[in-house]
Amino acid sequence: MNMEKKDFLKDSYIEPPLAPKQTQMQEFRRLFGQNRLAILGLFIFILFFFCAVTGLFLTSGSRPFFDPAMVRLQEKLRPPLAKPHLDSLQPEEVPALNVYLMGTDDLGRDVFARMLQGAWVSLTVGFVAVGISVLIGIFMGGIAGYFGQHYIRLDHILLTLALILAAGLIIVKFAFIGTMILLLCLAYIFYSLFARHASTKKETLVLKTMLHINAVSVDTLIMRIVDIMLCFPSFFLILTVVALLPASIYNIMIVIGLTSWMGTTRFVRAEFLSLREQDFVAAAKALGISNFRIIFRHIMPNAVAPVLVSATIGIASAILTEAGLSFLGFGVPPPHATWGNILSNGKNFIFDAPWLTFIPGITILIVVLSFNLFGEGLRDILNPKLRERH
Amino acid sequence: MLSFIGRSVVQKTITLFFVSIVSFLIIHLAPGSPSQVDPLNPKFTPEMVERFQKEFHLDKPLYVQYIYFYQDLFTGKTVSWKDNQSVLKKIWERFLNSLPLFVVGTLITWTLSFPVGIRSAIFRGGIYDRSATFISYVLISIPGFFFAYILIIFVVTYFHVPVIGMETFGIGDAPTIYLFMDRIWHLLLPSVLGATGGIAVLSRYVRSQMLEVEGQDYIRTARAKGLSPEQVHYKHALRNAMLPFVTMFGLILPGLIGGSVIIESIFSWPGMGRMAYEAILARDYPIILTVNFVSAVLVLAGTFISDLLYLVVDPRIRL
Repeated sequence: MNMEKKDFLKDSYIEPPLAPKQTQMQEFRRLFGQNRLAILGLFIFILFFFCAVTGLFLTSGSRPFFDPAMVRLQEKLRPPLAKPHLDSLQPEEVPALNVYLMGTDDLGRDVFARMLQGAWVSLTVGFVAVGISVLIGIFMGGIAGYFGQHYIRLDHILLTLALILAAGLIIVKFAFIGTMILLLCLAYIFYSLFARHASTKKETLVLKTMLHINAVSVDTLIMRIVDIMLCFPSFFLILTVVALLPASIYNIMIVIGLTSWMGTTRFVRAEFLSLREQDFVAAAKALGISNFRIIFRHIMPNAVAPVLVSATIGIASAILTEAGLSFLGFGVPPPHATWGNILSNGKNFIFDAPWLTFIPGITILIVVLSFNLFGEGLRDILNPKLRERH
Repeated sequence: MLSFIGRSVVQKTITLFFVSIVSFLIIHLAPGSPSQVDPLNPKFTPEMVERFQKEFHLDKPLYVQYIYFYQDLFTGKTVSWKDNQSVLKKIWERFLNSLPLFVVGTLITWTLSFPVGIRSAIFRGGIYDRSATFISYVLISIPGFFFAYILIIFVVTYFHVPVIGMETFGIGDAPTIYLFMDRIWHLLLPSVLGATGGIAVLSRYVRSQMLEVEGQDYIRTARAKGLSPEQVHYKHALRNAMLPFVTMFGLILPGLIGGSVIIESIFSWPGMGRMAYEAILARDYPIILTVNFVSAVLVLAGTFISDLLYLVVDPRIRL
């Protein structure tokens, strides 16, 4: 009897819980190695990055190695890999490497140099626009997820509205009324900060409870803002704003960024909602760590995976949007080359000079495809359902 | 159920109100004003500008303009600043032009992506699945305007049919069958182009839905009972995988007015997108704002319908 029990105990001996044998990084690398399309995407992405950075150095400056703006009218619409007619060119007009690698356009400009210049534009548009949208998305989603159950008091809303109104009035030349409202707001802020318990009269108390009523929760407010933004048809909105603002590459980046943060906000909020209830957050709170540090050091690293995926795919769509805007003539102003406007200039010569359409088109396709493949690969890898246990 | 409808109607009305404010502000606070569209035109004297501003209340403060504009919109009196025509009538005409594109494009999208997605899911990991995945990524990544030119060159050189515009110019008194085919050819390319992105996204979605359902226990049970694979796939799996797509019928509603700007301007198709594009160029604020407003209404109505459909289709959801 005793022996049996001992045996039983021996059999049912459970291994003490150990840390996983592989680190997360090793696991990640193993899964990534299996996904050939994602590797291809990453490889093209690195190549593109390298081209864009070297292209920036080779095509800028007062005497660039590849001059994207050099007009040679006698050499127009030469096919790719054509040798320049040296006898009709000035010495400084001869292209670098003594060959038109990708031909010339209708003004005799070297398409290869223009493509290199455009690569940098596409890269910065993609990264800056997505950077803006990810920053806004993380901020809004983090607040909505972490502080979502807090309520905003009525007086805070009124105060914000009054401040905006005051700023607006000052801008629109009603400086006196604007300043008055601003001062009133400041007075109220000081009052609520310092004189919280000063007055106990009945009528002020009623007013106070009226003002301190909980109007709307933070979560509801932010999600309603997301809903409002989702109501706009995005390409049409971008087109409207870009067309009304002065043409500049920074406007395009900012507008694309400001109109594409809603998806990230939703992902981040969902992640925060589940992570907030986990034990490690409770432990951090018990240790007295500040909210700011909990959000950015404890929760954020755990919530970053879906953001990374949507950012990678966001870069792809930002590059496509910029190309579409350039195609419609709202992109970067003319002397500067982008892939979109090389293509839109080239479409007039589609039968005489097909390379002007096909080179930028296929380049955009390959770069955007690489971002999409890499992003989808990341999504598969980071999806815990697909992980195998070892 | 009734309380759900009431709540969401109220909520969506509030959202719509804020959308109208935001779009109005975006348009009116942008630098430049509509009276400056043509500063070099000698007929545009300062008196003209003043009359123009007076006519369209541009000399009033912003909130008064806002009230005037939406009052006009709801009573149907809004006029375009460019040609003084009724905006709603103009939009309706263009909408009728865009409608065939939308209908054919949607039909192509939904009829093609289901077979492709289901087959990918059934033969998961096979050569068909992998090539379909790759092709759908290519279709998502290809710039629409570039793809349009490839297709135009292909069709024009191999089939010798005209594709630009809505119909061949001066085709007037040709036989009916000829007219009909002409319209079909003109319709084909833009709607195929409009559908490519949709096919790629939707077929991936169908595939992932099917895969999720095929992993369920009741599918294993169905197999264990000895049902034929067709019955398992199409009767047990597909019916359950269809659930989210029923609700997507609501979400295609905004596409009605969206109208692709780029595709319509390549094919010179006189549709909604092109009208909006021309309105932006001419700073014709009433048209821009009305298009924006109508599309916001359609987005909200679409989400509302899809919520309702979910209620009807899925018995697990009770509100």
